[in-house]
Amino acid sequence: MSDRVVIVGNGMAGSRLAAELHARDGDRKVIVLGAEPHPAYNRIMLSTLLAGKIGEPDVELAEVAGQGVDLRTGVTVTAIDRARRVVHTAEDDHLPYDHLVLATGSRALVPPLPGLDGPELPERVVPFRTLDDCRRILAVAEGARRALVLGGGLLGLEAARGLAARGLDVEVVHPVPYLMERQLDPAGAAVLAGTLAGLGVTTHLAVAATAVAADASGVRLDLADGRSLTADLLVLSCGVRPDTALASAAGLAVERGVLVDDRLRTSDRRISAIGDCAQHDGTLTGLVAPAWAQARVVAQVLTGADPLARYRPRPAVTRLKAAGIDLAAMGDPTGGEAGEELTFADPARGTYARLRIHDERLTAAILLGDNPAVGTVIQLFDRGQPVPADRRSLLLGRALGGAASAPAASPALMPDAATVCQCNTVSKGALVACWRAGARSVDAMVAATRAGTGCGGCRDAVAGIVDWLSEADSVEVTR
Amino acid sequence: MTDGAQPTTRPGRTPREVATHCPYCALQCGMTLREEETGAVTVLPRQFPTNRGGLCQKGWTAAELLDHPERLTTPLLRDPASGELRPASWDAALNRIVTGLRAVQAGPGPDAVAVFGGGGLTNEKAYALGKFARTALRTRYIDYNGRFCMSSAAAAGMRAFGVDRGLPFPLADLGSADTLLLVGANPAETMPPLVRWLTEQRQRGGKLIVVDPRLTATARQADLHLQPLPGTDLAVANALLHIALTEGWVDRDYVAARTTGFEAVRRSVAAWWPARAEALSGVPVADLEETARALGTADRVIILTARGAEQHAKGVDTVTAFVNLALALGLPGRPGSGYGCLTGQGNGQGGREHGQKADQLPGYRRIDDPAAREHVAGVWGVPAEELPGPGVPAYRLLDSLGTPDGPKALLVFGSNPVVSAPRAARIERRLRDLDLLVVADFLLSETAALADVVLPTAQWAEEDGTMTNLEGRVLRRRALREPPPGVRTDLAILADLAQRLAAKPEFPTDPYLVFDELRRASAGGPADYAGVSWERIDAADGVWWPCPTDDGPDTPRLFADRFATPDGLARFHPVEHRPAAEEVCADYPLHFTTGRVLAQYQSGTQTRRVAALRRAAPDAFVELHPDLAERLGVADGEPVRVVSRRGELRAPARLSTAIRPDTVFAPFHWGGTARANSVTNDAVDPVSGMPEFKICAVRVERVDEP
Repeated sequence: MSDRVVIVGNGMAGSRLAAELHARDGDRKVIVLGAEPHPAYNRIMLSTLLAGKIGEPDVELAEVAGQGVDLRTGVTVTAIDRARRVVHTAEDDHLPYDHLVLATGSRALVPPLPGLDGPELPERVVPFRTLDDCRRILAVAEGARRALVLGGGLLGLEAARGLAARGLDVEVVHPVPYLMERQLDPAGAAVLAGTLAGLGVTTHLAVAATAVAADASGVRLDLADGRSLTADLLVLSCGVRPDTALASAAGLAVERGVLVDDRLRTSDRRISAIGDCAQHDGTLTGLVAPAWAQARVVAQVLTGADPLARYRPRPAVTRLKAAGIDLAAMGDPTGGEAGEELTFADPARGTYARLRIHDERLTAAILLGDNPAVGTVIQLFDRGQPVPADRRSLLLGRALGGAASAPAASPALMPDAATVCQCNTVSKGALVACWRAGARSVDAMVAATRAGTGCGGCRDAVAGIVDWLSEADSVEVTR
Repeated sequence: MTDGAQPTTRPGRTPREVATHCPYCALQCGMTLREEETGAVTVLPRQFPTNRGGLCQKGWTAAELLDHPERLTTPLLRDPASGELRPASWDAALNRIVTGLRAVQAGPGPDAVAVFGGGGLTNEKAYALGKFARTALRTRYIDYNGRFCMSSAAAAGMRAFGVDRGLPFPLADLGSADTLLLVGANPAETMPPLVRWLTEQRQRGGKLIVVDPRLTATARQADLHLQPLPGTDLAVANALLHIALTEGWVDRDYVAARTTGFEAVRRSVAAWWPARAEALSGVPVADLEETARALGTADRVIILTARGAEQHAKGVDTVTAFVNLALALGLPGRPGSGYGCLTGQGNGQGGREHGQKADQLPGYRRIDDPAAREHVAGVWGVPAEELPGPGVPAYRLLDSLGTPDGPKALLVFGSNPVVSAPRAARIERRLRDLDLLVVADFLLSETAALADVVLPTAQWAEEDGTMTNLEGRVLRRRALREPPPGVRTDLAILADLAQRLAAKPEFPTDPYLVFDELRRASAGGPADYAGVSWERIDAADGVWWPCPTDDGPDTPRLFADRFATPDGLARFHPVEHRPAAEEVCADYPLHFTTGRVLAQYQSGTQTRRVAALRRAAPDAFVELHPDLAERLGVADGEPVRVVSRRGELRAPARLSTAIRPDTVFAPFHWGGTARANSVTNDAVDPVSGMPEFKICAVRVERVDEP
């Protein structure tokens, strides 16, 4: 049990931890120190903000400041004094802690290119990471016609899509032969490139950038194949690097991220790390779902609700969903164990599906375009549940087999035992018997059998049976 | 209005034909009862604005129970020697009850007795039962089975709108909705004639969207079916609002003018981006977007919830999430639009308004409100300070019976908790631990079979009264004939007991007089019936509450100008998804959910005894996906056992692709070894007390019969 918890970072991970702590009973003081001046915001929605569909207030997350949580924004932590259990801020405040949580996130990587090597990036060159980045992009995009995005990973494509939605011509430069190579396979990535082209996003693949030149009038990106692309704006989306400076300076064990155990504790038991800055079991996550799962574990441990709670990483699902694009990718689509392969491709309509199955479990999937089973696939993968016996339902959606109760096209083909009226349990046989007993109209059949008197949905079917019977009878009569 | 049949306003004569309403669900279909020359009673459909002449099989066959061979026509007393129920005189039965009540109350006081009512009781009976508990027994322990029905929607409606009326608009509005969203509702099986409105809605070009973990008969008719994992509706609702926000479909003017608290909801749903809800619920983002678009861009939009969304330990919050969505889209109070709850039981609406609820007095007043106590005590002619305070919700009450600190005697009217309560085996043990269990019913229900005293009561065709349907429309139930000899009405039973207990207030046996008193007791309350009279109901197709004055208007539509809150504004409440009270694990790897079938009603006491319904739905079953069945090695029709931490049920497997492979379903209408509620979880909603009937963790096993 810790009385005074200091959280460094008010991003998706830090603000979530504050909320988790707040939601649990107990007498403790929680201080959240956010370096950015804004309230906590939803990073997932920045591409929507970029697309101009929402305003800045719409990305703000619920915060618990003032309810036992002391939230201080615009505060940079400069050092951790582990011996005295105090953090130092840029304003020279000294804040004691019983437990410290690092949720410092990650920083956008700026590629080491000529033109980007100064202390400040040129005005028309902006990384895509924070709300401030977003503001700068939007400021430059105002009045701009063309934009370049360096990096064809998930975030780069989201930025490209957002800018295209604003009406800009967008070109994406990606050094690898296909887009989102960590999540996709070449065939799927090709379909995605086609989808993007239809949305006004051109892609340049397998070509590295060599230099950037930017001035007040525009920006030029030189490519290794000798071409030069020009635009009004260059967005950098070349990956991120965990922000571990504070942890390193304090002498905590750090590799690519701050090393943590299953309870998210660093090499100092009084300090935890969660989110992008943490490295658990050799893995950096960079996604919200694991960061929130980690926040939950830390809250359970710190509040004593479950002192033995452990973080169990779950396989990540990458989801790119914007107007015109619907992409879900999970698992390793190219490596791994051999097993069943299911594929469906309709590139003309932007649809591609590839599923890998091993031992009745999904090991990887790429679903792009109109895939009605996407929700099912994600759940089966996430929960490790067995796949359906009829594999087609994974590719073509849940509707398979669902229409079993549709009435037969012709009354003649309907078995006598088939229920025509569900509300009153009237079978075709009962209607036929009623006809034989002398009923000769729909109303008479309805009055005698009560078919059609509930929801009324079978009136047409009853009428069809009357027609069929009268035709059959007239045939008999004419014989 | 009556399609030829003559209404009777006063009891006492026996017409050959009366216009009345069906005894079963909250749709309260209009029907005509006719007594033939032979004495047999037949049911005829009747044109009424809700059912428009429609009846389902339950309604058509309702009269079969009037002269049923198993009908109780004499009180039964448990013989101490043999332990069996034996016929007895009314005098002996009532004496036994009074002696028993006095004995258990002697030491610990009035709270040693509890009362359990039902959502099928008329307004008059529900009112009299509440009054009886508070004045004749002076116990605070009264609650009713409506707690298991729509209490979550009621609580959510109260906190958002300041009033709880299932539908705040006429049912007919459904027919003209451009978009209709049904959440956890399966009217094609639970109230089939309502589906006529859905058909009309789609014929007019409207879009029907159904949210249900099963591909139900209703979902099959939908333009779009969202099939979430049970227990994730709240996340779906928050994601729909998230999309509406990002797409600019929120009605900002309405939110500013008619609501408070939106800011907190806006920030909380910012964390529910669609892909997050997709991973949790399994509903594809594209379907969430299509749903949000249909809700956010159409003119006339109605969102309805029912038990599927409500019967959870987070039922109130789930309903609140859909109410938030409706408010953000500016629906409530807009003509042809709104949020509503499809109430289940026949008088589920009226039954919760007039004093059966643990914390309420007639007129939907709070029992802890001094002014309300003063008013009602004045009508009853007792000092306000003599009225007990609030009791506890149904499950807590049932679970306390016979325990050291709990009531030692229970009176049950119009309910069968042995079948309908969650974790029913435990509740059955509690009932057995009572010193005195009294059950008033017209058939020997599973609960009555445990009783020390069983009192035979009149049926719907033998009594006058009023019912309030799912629209908040007060209707007249009209007697066709007298009860059989030896049978008394609930009102007469309460009057007899009150007299023997020397209760101060009068307990009239004439329902007309009881209703007159109810009107006065409800006057000024949220559910104000002061201006509703039997004559006025007869003169029109019912009367909508609130109706405060004799000559003033009633209220078919609520919220046109203001909500029933002190400042007239609707309230947003931020709500968060939380996991089910019991999650699946290695030992119990499947989700279990319960529900209904068309040909049975509630605990089945009545419908299981109707031959045609028994033929249509003879037995319980366990619905499971063929893939799951194959893994379990179970073929269609083979017996299976569904096991939870609390108990098990046995029934034949029914294979169906209409259900998710990770979920199994069983209907709850049967008792004995097929009792679904042996399995269900007794976790309850912290606000409404609603048990979590709709999700728990189970495993399914083959039954290898000897």
